[in-house]
Amino acid sequence: MALEPTSTSAQEIPPHPSPDGANLTLPPGSPLAREAARRTRRSFIGLGLAGLGGVLGWRYLLNAPDADGIPAPFRRVLDANGRLSAAYFRETRLAPEFAKSMAVREVRTNGSAGLESDIDLAAWRLAVQPYGGGKPQKFTLADIKALPRVEMTTQLKCIEGWSIIVNWTGARFADFLAKYPLASRSGQPLTDIARPPADLAPYVSLVTPDEEYYVGLDMPSAIHPQTLLCYEINGQPLSLEHGAPLRLVTPLKYGIKHLKRIGTIAFADTRPADYWAEQGYDWDAGH
Amino acid sequence: MKKLIEKHPLAIRWFHWVNFPVLLLMIWSGLWIYWANDVYRIGWGDTTLYKFFPQSFYDMVHLDHKLAQGMAWHFVLMWVFFLNGLLYVLYTLFSGEWRYLLPNRHSFREAGQVILHDLGLRKAAPLVQKYNGAQRLAYTAVILMGVGSLLTGLAIYKPTQFGWLTQGLGGYEAARVQHFVLTLGYVLFFVVHVAQVGRAGWNNFRSMVAGFEVADVPTGPAGAPLARREPDSRA
Repeated sequence: MALEPTSTSAQEIPPHPSPDGANLTLPPGSPLAREAARRTRRSFIGLGLAGLGGVLGWRYLLNAPDADGIPAPFRRVLDANGRLSAAYFRETRLAPEFAKSMAVREVRTNGSAGLESDIDLAAWRLAVQPYGGGKPQKFTLADIKALPRVEMTTQLKCIEGWSIIVNWTGARFADFLAKYPLASRSGQPLTDIARPPADLAPYVSLVTPDEEYYVGLDMPSAIHPQTLLCYEINGQPLSLEHGAPLRLVTPLKYGIKHLKRIGTIAFADTRPADYWAEQGYDWDAGH
Repeated sequence: MKKLIEKHPLAIRWFHWVNFPVLLLMIWSGLWIYWANDVYRIGWGDTTLYKFFPQSFYDMVHLDHKLAQGMAWHFVLMWVFFLNGLLYVLYTLFSGEWRYLLPNRHSFREAGQVILHDLGLRKAAPLVQKYNGAQRLAYTAVILMGVGSLLTGLAIYKPTQFGWLTQGLGGYEAARVQHFVLTLGYVLFFVVHVAQVGRAGWNNFRSMVAGFEVADVPTGPAGAPLARREPDSRA
């Protein structure tokens, strides 16, 4: 852009009428006209080069190697945004809850990945792979329902931009880990989410029984008091489209993370695979 | 007497020309995001005067099926938009440029005169320092709009962790509407701004690139006292 050094204190502009109509032509060939022409030329060349640099730089970023559907530099910024959000995150900040009467009667569904295979609800078991190793442990729906029952009416926000208020019932994932200490390497239960065991896994993976849909969650979001293993909507058992028999609900994430029909839960040291994050979306997708 | 006077400091020219393409790309990627839930319209009941956006618009600019890409661009460039805007505001505060930019108690009356003049309904243009009343109001408003976009954007981006903000704005859905309306405001600003720059002519446009403007500076007994007035003497 402009290459001329400018004085640090702006020269005062005297009051003047708007210049429209005024003849501001400089005498041709005068030193003033040459000075104006020189500065104009240099500045516009500077602006042109800056613009060209901007276009080339942007194209360079867009043509960088792909990282799960978006150019790698963009992915790095999304991940940095995620780390910044994680640093700001507090488990004490709750998503707003609404009166039950505000919940929609007909809950919208969106997408059926992971729900297209046959399922025998009576034979269904939740498999949880202990972080410390060993065989997966199996849970029935009755095991989940035996945990403290939590009902909440929160807003489900789809990454597409729409949102609906839904009445959910289920068990806190934190309560599940309090009773079944599977997320700590040494097998310690989660008794207080503000002071989790030091060897608690940093990430949780959830996968549908057919392994067609899968999401990853950071542990602080997973053990947030509003993150539920949900088995009812509006007081009724989940329908198949809504993820029967058990699904995840967390107002801390976009709807894409609310995995329906949970098959397997596992714990990980690194970010688990995530269906939509592989297609260009933010892995964190957090609120 | 004609002379070259310094009008726009180098820093302000940089902020201006960085902001232009960044805001353009923010709006563009914002349209990719909006497409995924394009529910806004102007109308009431069953009557729709204008839908955002008609199919013809989508077909023309190929906005469809780019949500992930739109979010990626938006959440990268938001930093550039934010930092450039922050530096601009800090610069205007510390350099004293704010004296030319903030509206004063004359600005509303003066803005009315400017509009009448520009519409050809008033012969005399008001005296201006660097910017007339209409410009002061517009350039200050657009900064406040920028702050509004950042806040409404944050309210949509992190509605739980910044729940106080989202609730303060009237909720998630309301914040999304506000974010969209502010964007319409930028488009309106852009149209008027470009039209006015076109009207004002080459000397004025060049000053946002080269920094200087050719001026016929008044001299002699009548001119000197005017020229000595402080920039904010009318504030």
